[in-house]
Amino acid sequence: MAIRERMSGNEAMAVAMKQINPDVVAAFPITPSTEVPQYFSNFVADGVVDTEFVAVESEHSAMSACVGAQAAGGRAMTATSANGLALMWEILYIAACSRLPIVMACVNRTLSGPLNIHNDHSDSMGARDSGWVQLYSENNQEAYDNMLMANRIGEHPDVMLPVMVCQDGFITSHAIENIELVEDDKVKAFVGEYNPKDYLLNKANPISVGPLDLQAHCFEHKRQQAEAMKNAKKVILEVSEEFAKMTGRKYGLFEEYKTEDAEVAVVILNSTAGTAKYVIDQYRAEGKKIGLIKPRVFRPFPVDELTAALSKFKAVAVMDKADSFNDAGGPLFTEVTSAMFAKGVFGPKVINYIYGLGGRDVRSTDIEVVFNELLKIAETGTVESVYNYLGVRE
Amino acid sequence: MSCKKELKTVTPDVKWKDITEGGVIPYAGNAELFKTGDWRSMKPIWLQEKCKQCLLCYPVCPDTSILINEEGKRIDFDFDHCKGCGVCVKVCPFKAIDFVEESK
Repeated sequence: MAIRERMSGNEAMAVAMKQINPDVVAAFPITPSTEVPQYFSNFVADGVVDTEFVAVESEHSAMSACVGAQAAGGRAMTATSANGLALMWEILYIAACSRLPIVMACVNRTLSGPLNIHNDHSDSMGARDSGWVQLYSENNQEAYDNMLMANRIGEHPDVMLPVMVCQDGFITSHAIENIELVEDDKVKAFVGEYNPKDYLLNKANPISVGPLDLQAHCFEHKRQQAEAMKNAKKVILEVSEEFAKMTGRKYGLFEEYKTEDAEVAVVILNSTAGTAKYVIDQYRAEGKKIGLIKPRVFRPFPVDELTAALSKFKAVAVMDKADSFNDAGGPLFTEVTSAMFAKGVFGPKVINYIYGLGGRDVRSTDIEVVFNELLKIAETGTVESVYNYLGVRE
Repeated sequence: MSCKKELKTVTPDVKWKDITEGGVIPYAGNAELFKTGDWRSMKPIWLQEKCKQCLLCYPVCPDTSILINEEGKRIDFDFDHCKGCGVCVKVCPFKAIDFVEESK
């Protein structure tokens, strides 16, 4: 029987890490992810995990220690947010290109500046091209479930890439909600052992990791890395299916909420999807045909599946909790629209809203503004403004 | 040498599907195959008749370019890897190593 509990999103991620029992956790505290290594260090002190906890002096060192540990043949995990993720930057790329399936709890917080500790997605969105698989989570349950699946995805021989599990700082990381935990023994059996083909501490077959790689071979390695990310999509679906058999909780590349007969839809990552679901229920009661697409997998980007799902709507609003400062649209918007263009999906009118920056509260009335605009566009077929800001004082 | 055969996987024309993951070099001892002696400007010359086999030169070589035979005696330099730093020349108490300009 699954375990009924109540805990914050941070504790849920830490509990997942406890159940995974990795060889090494190297982390440096930063709001709002601090609780993850804090809870975890309690597990270490209590002797309930076998993990070597490395209290490093910076996030750059945290990721470097994870790279070393994973290359040595261990399973390494970390947690961070915002500027901590930024300080890891160069090592994020090295982890990915060295094909080291490290798992990170990324508790989304706005990247300074201005200095602010609250939630938006500018941290993980900035790392979107670092070669990490990115999974997004609406609530504590999804953050926990994604963490349990992350090792299996990253460590698959066809993938061998690091995985970042994202959830919204404070909004879900610090909110205590009900959760269903999987039993320890079931997690252990599901996650299994990490058995890399080559690793540094293998005396029988010594290797070198991270050698100089110039014009003759670097491009081939990058191409191979790109293929691994492509393979990740299939592996994510397989692992999710197996997870659903164990827990009954089904996960795909994205969640569709009341889209079947919907004329318009919003595309939202993480916790604001929950607010959108509330608004959808209200509007549905009034007979308005609206729905939601909530991407769970942002890397790899599910081009075929997402564009097929979006093709049936008359109007779509892509919501970005990060700005690209490019006078063109946020990262999710530009990826969604370029995918639609590439796939020849020209039916829906697509607009973009930048919302919730620096932790600006996103209320149901804000989401109503978006749906009202979409319903207007669906009716008139006219888009007045593509690139918009939601909830900023004009 | 066994690793020479395996090194085929990183030939200049290897395709991306066949190259090692993440640039890993999946075998040891292959630095020997990477010839680094070709940018030497000064060259040590071993004067066998003056050499007393004291082996003071051997541990100071920053590479492994002073070769030792099965009897434990030094033999000539490994010029595939000697960079001509001259440390062995300085350390030799018997002036048994000459140091000359590299001629092409």
